[in-house]
Amino acid sequence: MTKKIKNLNLNFGPQHPAAHGVLRLILELDGEVVEKADPHIGLLHRGTEKLIENKTYMQAVPYFDRLDYVAPMNQEHAFALATEKIMEIDVPIRAQYIRVIFCEIGRILSHILNVTTQAMDVGALTPTLWGFEEREKLMGFYERVSGSRLHANYFRAGGVHQDLPQGLEEDIAEFCETFPKIINDLESLLTENRIFKQRNVDIGVVTKQDALDYSFSGVMIRGSGVPWDLRKSQPYDCYQQLEFNIPVGKNGDCYDRYLCRIEEMKESVSIIKQCLSKMEKGPIKSFDGKISPPSKKEIKQSMEALIHHFKLFTEGYRVPKDEIYTAVEAPKGEFGVYLISDGSNKPYKCKIRAPGFSHLQSMDYLIKGHMLADVPAILGSLDIVFGEVDR
Amino acid sequence: MKNLIDLEKKINSELTTKINRSEIKHNQIYLETDKDDLIDVVLFLKTNNDTKFRQLIDITVTDYPEKNQRFEVVYLFLSHEFNQRLILKYTIVENEIIPSITSIFPGANWMEREVFDMYGVSFKDHPDLRRILTDYGFEGHPLRKDFPLTGHTEVRYSEDKKKVISEPVKLEQNYRNFDYESPWEGTRYIKEELENNDKKN
Repeated sequence: MTKKIKNLNLNFGPQHPAAHGVLRLILELDGEVVEKADPHIGLLHRGTEKLIENKTYMQAVPYFDRLDYVAPMNQEHAFALATEKIMEIDVPIRAQYIRVIFCEIGRILSHILNVTTQAMDVGALTPTLWGFEEREKLMGFYERVSGSRLHANYFRAGGVHQDLPQGLEEDIAEFCETFPKIINDLESLLTENRIFKQRNVDIGVVTKQDALDYSFSGVMIRGSGVPWDLRKSQPYDCYQQLEFNIPVGKNGDCYDRYLCRIEEMKESVSIIKQCLSKMEKGPIKSFDGKISPPSKKEIKQSMEALIHHFKLFTEGYRVPKDEIYTAVEAPKGEFGVYLISDGSNKPYKCKIRAPGFSHLQSMDYLIKGHMLADVPAILGSLDIVFGEVDR
Repeated sequence: MKNLIDLEKKINSELTTKINRSEIKHNQIYLETDKDDLIDVVLFLKTNNDTKFRQLIDITVTDYPEKNQRFEVVYLFLSHEFNQRLILKYTIVENEIIPSITSIFPGANWMEREVFDMYGVSFKDHPDLRRILTDYGFEGHPLRKDFPLTGHTEVRYSEDKKKVISEPVKLEQNYRNFDYESPWEGTRYIKEELENNDKKN
C-alpha cells in the first residue's frame, strides 16, 4: 500500500514579530524543509507615487520619509538630487556636508535596527536593548535639526531647511567618540557567538551572478563579493572629498551581510567625523529665489518677501520639462527616483525604486531547501522595511 | 565602454534599425525602440562585452491618456563594469500585450507584476502574472491618470456581518485640488499672447 504525502501550507504573518512588518509569507513545507515561499506584499500600500503626482515638489518630500522609515533622510536625498539635477541648482558646500552627515546617521540608524533585530530573530535579546539606546540618541539629533524624530522633512532642493542648531555639531562629534565602543560591545555579543554563527553562517547564500540577476544592491550585493557602492562609483554631493572604505563579503551568506553592516557603521562614523572637521560656516541652501524662500528677517520687514514666501509655499516652484533617474546609496541598497516633470509645479510621474522590493522578491530562491527556522534569519538579513517595499 | 559617446555609437551601429532614437542626457543614455525588438535589444545590452548592462534596475510605465500610443514602457539598466546607466523606452497602445523579460532577468518578475497591477499592461510569457501591491479582489489600475486619487472603494469592518467589507468611498469632504499656478505666467492663453507679441515685434 502506498501512502500519499501532502505538503503542508503554512501562513507566516502578516502579524508576526519576525515578519519585520506586514509580510504575509505562504510557505510550502515538506516536513521542516521549505519547498516554496510566496510573499504576499502590499498590506502597507499607501499609493505614495500617486500622491506625489498630486502634490507640489515641496509637498512631496514628507512622503519620502514614510518609505523606509528607519532612515528617512536618505530617501529625501534621492528626491532632492533628482530635482536639483533637472533644475541645475548648485548646493552650497555646507549644505552638502550637513546632508551627508544626516545620511550617514540614517545609515547607522538603519543598520543598528537591522543587526540587533536580526540577532533577536535568532534568539539574542540584549543587542536590541543596547542598540536602541544609541538609536534614541541619533533620533535626538534628527529632532534637534528638523523638529521631528522620524519624519524629518529636512532636505530641500538646493540644500536643507535650516542650519544646525547651536551645540549640535559638538554633540554629534561626542557621539562619534562613544559609539565605536557600543559597536564593539555588540560585536563581542554576536560576532564570535556560537549560536549566532550556527544560525547565520552558510544560510541564504547568494552567488555573485544571482545577486546581479535578481537586481540586488547595497549590502545584499556587497555581501556576495561585488564591490559596488554608489557613494564611491557615482558620487553625489561631497562624497568625493571623503575617504572611506567599502566593506565586501566573501561567501554571500547571512553572516557576511551582518559583518558588512557592522563595518559600514564604523565607516559611517568616520565619514561623519570627516564632515564635521571639514565643515565651515556658510549658506545652507541655494540663493536662487525661485526655489528658496526668503529669510525670516526679510519676511518681517519686506512685503515683497512675504508675498514671495507665500507664493513659494502655495504655488511651489516649477520644474522644467525633463526626465531623470537618480539613485543614492541608501542603507538598504540603491534607492532611486525616476522623475518626469512636465514644466508645472507638480511631478508628472515619480517612480520610486525601492531596494527592498527586489530583495524580497528573491525570497523564494533564497529559502528553497532551508529549514523553517531559517526563514526569520534570512528575512532578517534581507533588511526589509515595508514602508518602502509597499510604497 | 567607459566613454558614453562611444557606447552610444556602438549600440547604434550594432542594433541599427532596432533603435529609433538615442540621446545622452544627464550622463545617461536614453534609447527608444519598438515592442517587437525589445527582447533582442535587451539580450544584446546584457550580453555584449562592450555594453554589459547586467543589472536591471526597474521597469515602469508612464501614462499619457491624451496620446494615441497611451503607455510608455520604461526599463532602467545599470552596468557595473562600465559604471553606466541606460534608459530604454517604447510606446504601446492600450490593451497591447508586451513581451516579458523574466527569462533574461529573473528580477523582472515582480517589477512586471507591479506594472500590471498599477497600469494594467499585460505581459506575454510571464510565469506568474498576479496583482502585487493592491488588495485581493481589487479592481482598476491605480496609477493610471484617469484613476481618482481617492479611489473607488474603501474597506471597513462590519459589525453586522462580522467581516471586512468594501463599499464605495464616502468622504466628509471631497478631495480638493487647488490650482495655485499663477495666472500671470502660468495660463496658456496669456503665454501664447505674449509669444505672439514677441513675434510681431
